[in-house]
Amino acid sequence: MMTTGEKLRRFFRTDQGVGLLLVSPTALYALLLLAVPLIAIVVISFLTQTGVRDFAPGLSLVNYKEALSDPLYRELMLRSLMVSGSVTVVTVLLAFPIAYFVSFGVKPEQKSLWIFLITIPFWTSYLIRVFLWKVILGYNGVLNSGLKLVGIIDEPLTFILYNVNAVIITLAHAYAPFAILPIFVALEKIDRSYLEASRDLGESRTMTFLRVTLPLAAPGVVAAVLIVFIPTIGDYVTPKLVGGPGGTMIANMIQTQFLRLNNAPLGATLAVLAMLIVAVIAIVFLIVGYRAAGGGKKGGRG
Amino acid sequence: MTIKAKPERKPLISLQNIQKHYGEYHALRGINLEIGEGEFFSLLGPSGCGKTTLLRTIAGFEDIDSGSVMLAGKDMMGVPANKRPTNMVFQSYAIFPHLTVAENVAFGLRKSPMSKAEKAEAAEAALNMVGLSGYGTRAAHALSGGQRQRVALARALVLKPKVLLLDEPLSALDRKMREQMQVELIKLQREVGITFILVTHDQEEALVMSDRIAVMFEGEIAQCDDPEVLYRCPKTKRVADFIGVMNFLPATCRNEGGKKIVNIVGLGETEITEEQCPEGFPEGAATVGFRPETLTILYDTQTPTHREAPAMIEEVVYYGDMTYYDVKFDGVDTPVRLSMRNLFGRDVLEVGTRARISWSPGALVVFG
Repeated sequence: MMTTGEKLRRFFRTDQGVGLLLVSPTALYALLLLAVPLIAIVVISFLTQTGVRDFAPGLSLVNYKEALSDPLYRELMLRSLMVSGSVTVVTVLLAFPIAYFVSFGVKPEQKSLWIFLITIPFWTSYLIRVFLWKVILGYNGVLNSGLKLVGIIDEPLTFILYNVNAVIITLAHAYAPFAILPIFVALEKIDRSYLEASRDLGESRTMTFLRVTLPLAAPGVVAAVLIVFIPTIGDYVTPKLVGGPGGTMIANMIQTQFLRLNNAPLGATLAVLAMLIVAVIAIVFLIVGYRAAGGGKKGGRG
Repeated sequence: MTIKAKPERKPLISLQNIQKHYGEYHALRGINLEIGEGEFFSLLGPSGCGKTTLLRTIAGFEDIDSGSVMLAGKDMMGVPANKRPTNMVFQSYAIFPHLTVAENVAFGLRKSPMSKAEKAEAAEAALNMVGLSGYGTRAAHALSGGQRQRVALARALVLKPKVLLLDEPLSALDRKMREQMQVELIKLQREVGITFILVTHDQEEALVMSDRIAVMFEGEIAQCDDPEVLYRCPKTKRVADFIGVMNFLPATCRNEGGKKIVNIVGLGETEITEEQCPEGFPEGAATVGFRPETLTILYDTQTPTHREAPAMIEEVVYYGDMTYYDVKFDGVDTPVRLSMRNLFGRDVLEVGTRARISWSPGALVVFG
């Protein structure tokens, strides 16, 4: 008879066992720092806070009722969706030509250099990049003094900082590389003979782009959209620093509920609702994107 | 000097002094060639000889340094690939992965004045022509190599081009499939009557399929002829070596009162004709070439039909229907290959056996 120790030792020599050993540190880490807090948030969202550390006994839907009926929360949620939607559109529209240029216009041996250059903004901390936009967009900032100097404006522009526009500009800049990379990878994977075949079959450059390049790049675009949309909707630092009162987003309200108003259950409820909304939008978009890429026809990426 | 189309064919493509450089590399060195209407024409050569560049020049994918491409009487200078009456079957087939088979085939019909139903009908007819009827709704990724090749053919032929360009279309297929497709392509070409231009590095494929073959080396056409002429009378030693198997033996030539005499090491003296010397009769040192099938092993009491020489069998390669022997003629160091049909009741000879070999002076080709 094999002892349990012997059995375990054998198991960890199999491919399955080795695989389990390799993923377990990360899996444990993810479990402790992602799954546990997530479950905690969901549980807290059903509680009712009565004091600083006191909760009413039992679970209730009272927070959900409040979160869904109060127009303030609805407005913040809609604004967050609008901001991250705009950021996504702006970022992906600007990222596509850059990715296209690097993939199609740059010599193969220089491509990795270009990609390297595109990631340079990551060398600076996110926080500092947000602060930089404050300096650029501020009342006496680089943009305003520059425009005044060349005489285009007399008075500093005030609509560019401490509002939604500033949030959109700052986030679009911060997430640009995240959008460029997946689109670039998708474009790189396109066999160039497809483009020649399309030309050979009578299509112009523009039509070839629309009928071949764009559909084949769709998986990259879908990835870029999700990568930008999902984190920006919950962004907290940027609206806090450059958003002003009119640029506040849902994450700021969640923070306020938890730390200022001492209402963790309502904060948790808002967090859960935001997650659900993002998840639904992301799934709908994935399905639409998959269809657009001809996914329904080929039943998988060939 | 331009290589003309055959007199019975109206010239469709005319290439005049085509020059092309890739940086320092001289890819096409003055190509002058006419290809006729309805011809199955092959560009044959080793990799890097410029055959694909020439094909892509006709298709409109390469900018040439100088020279002109005339297609059906029109100068193609400045005409982009999408406006040329040519269609191409790519080496990778380039079947669009995001479209179904039918959508692939109908891809080029977008601007056609046909109705939607007519387009679908045309696509189905094209699929039927290549033996894929009913495959229209299949996903492109669910096709085998041979099927992709057929879809690529249908996609090009549905547009009724004046010229179909095929860039090594069979190189990705296994041997059986390749041989089957060769025959199908010949039939298809006869059926549609369109000019086919095939690029290949496989001399056997070129011989099987073509009306005419242009053999290319280093950006130049070394010889352009019918398959039979090319095989029997190669103009240079290099062409002879590239097409099929050619044995070479050193020899000396002399003119004896108008008679052309060649003395081949190991085989002896014989008289040859003017036609056997494509580069002209070389006086003095020469090389004699002959095909494996022009040599025969004489069994037992057989008498030679032409001339006879003794030899030693060095190597035996058995192919089932054929056997290849490498033999050394007495007094010659270089082995010579000969091929024998394995007739019923005849044993394959063993290595080290002595044999009498029959050879035909008329089958020799003499190079300088």
